[in-house]
Amino acid sequence: MTQVRVLAGTRKGAFVLTSDERREKWSVTGPHFGGWEVYHLKGSPADPSRIYASQNTGWFGQLIQRSDDGGLTWEPAGNDFSYAGGDPGTHLWYDGTPRPWEFKRVWHLEPSPTDPDTVYAGAEDAALFKSADGGASWTELAGLRTHPTGSSWQPGAGGLCPHTIILQEPRIYVAISAAGTLRSDDGGETWRVINRGLLSDGIPDPDAEAGHCVHHVEAHPAKPDTLFMQKHWDVMRSDDAGENWYEISGNLPSDFGFPIGVHPHEAETLYVVPITSDSLHYPPDGALRVYRSRTGGNEWEPLTEGLPQRDCYVNVYRDAMSIDTLESAGVYFGTTGGQVYASPDSGDTWAPIVRDLPAVLSVEVQVLP
Amino acid sequence: MTDVRVVLPVHLRALAKSGREVVVAVPGAELTQRALLDALELAFPVLGGTIRDRGTGRRRAFVRFYACEQDLSNEPPDEPLPPAVAASLASGAEPFLVVGAMAGG
Repeated sequence: MTQVRVLAGTRKGAFVLTSDERREKWSVTGPHFGGWEVYHLKGSPADPSRIYASQNTGWFGQLIQRSDDGGLTWEPAGNDFSYAGGDPGTHLWYDGTPRPWEFKRVWHLEPSPTDPDTVYAGAEDAALFKSADGGASWTELAGLRTHPTGSSWQPGAGGLCPHTIILQEPRIYVAISAAGTLRSDDGGETWRVINRGLLSDGIPDPDAEAGHCVHHVEAHPAKPDTLFMQKHWDVMRSDDAGENWYEISGNLPSDFGFPIGVHPHEAETLYVVPITSDSLHYPPDGALRVYRSRTGGNEWEPLTEGLPQRDCYVNVYRDAMSIDTLESAGVYFGTTGGQVYASPDSGDTWAPIVRDLPAVLSVEVQVLP
Repeated sequence: MTDVRVVLPVHLRALAKSGREVVVAVPGAELTQRALLDALELAFPVLGGTIRDRGTGRRRAFVRFYACEQDLSNEPPDEPLPPAVAASLASGAEPFLVVGAMAGG
């Protein structure tokens, strides 16, 4: 029987939520790694029983956990994220002075689509690491951080976080707040900045080559050159592998937000969760609405059935939305209020799986045969 | 070689799959914090990077080291421990405490 597994990372541990393909009744296990921040956990497409998790606290630092049985049991993997080279160089600090690159935490884990032992990690400050041994050891792909624009990158409020990793091997896309989006066509050795068309009012030169606060990027597997971006402000699209971007915010009530999702069977169907503004991190009018576009952007419809439409002041973080691959695609997102919502009908109706988790940092979904 | 009792904070006990207290064999004629922590990480490799920063080798900001009601956190790691503390640790009368600092919620 087909099973659906939702992996939720929260401020105080990880939770595993499971259901059958009807996605009506759910069981919840956790917290795993209780008390630790779990920024992200994700299963391997090549072996769904293999799950990687990023576990961190300010007290005891970074760990990577690995499960080989679908999240029932976990073992710590390697946590040596040493930057390549003896002298890692510098980036710009908040006060405009050079500051040495320094590892802080892993924001995002992206397992290879073909090899369960290969996984990439996006690490603050602005580093991409790769493991080819199931997370036991990590090697920095330093061409990203040492890109000629790298020394000018400045952290946003959340730090210099590489939060998006899209694998189309040998092509890799990475997005970093607040540097922008970069693409490698050689497996991560060399990189080029791909921000043409982005306009950001919060930086001195609105159309600068780098320095844009990109919040999340997604691609549809069937159209790998088409990218969709939720930027700090603006929802953007590229049809040429990021060479050029154009705005598709259209009739959204706010084009500020964090996650963006693409329907697995409809490459022009998108999902965003509008947030009021960069200083008001909650939905407009206190109404939690997912917006769906079936036209690849610009024309958006609110999806509200089952979602709170009054007195709701939660946020939805950049990695906290995921979409399953069942025929009637399920859409999932988690909130800073600890709810994980599920829609088994592509967003038409919603219901909470759980209501009272710690603040949700990430949501990923797996469909198990 | 000196056997030293080490008390771990609850999150590190979970990682080490240990109880509240572990015993580590510390090499060298004189007890230093570096030798003690090196021995701890040798016995429990999973603790690498959780007590001391991997890059700098320094104590993580929100970790403290106590023994015999003394705060040793800011003592030089290669200095021999004070004689009374070293004697108490060596005899097993007192443990070395690794503590998660009171900081935030």
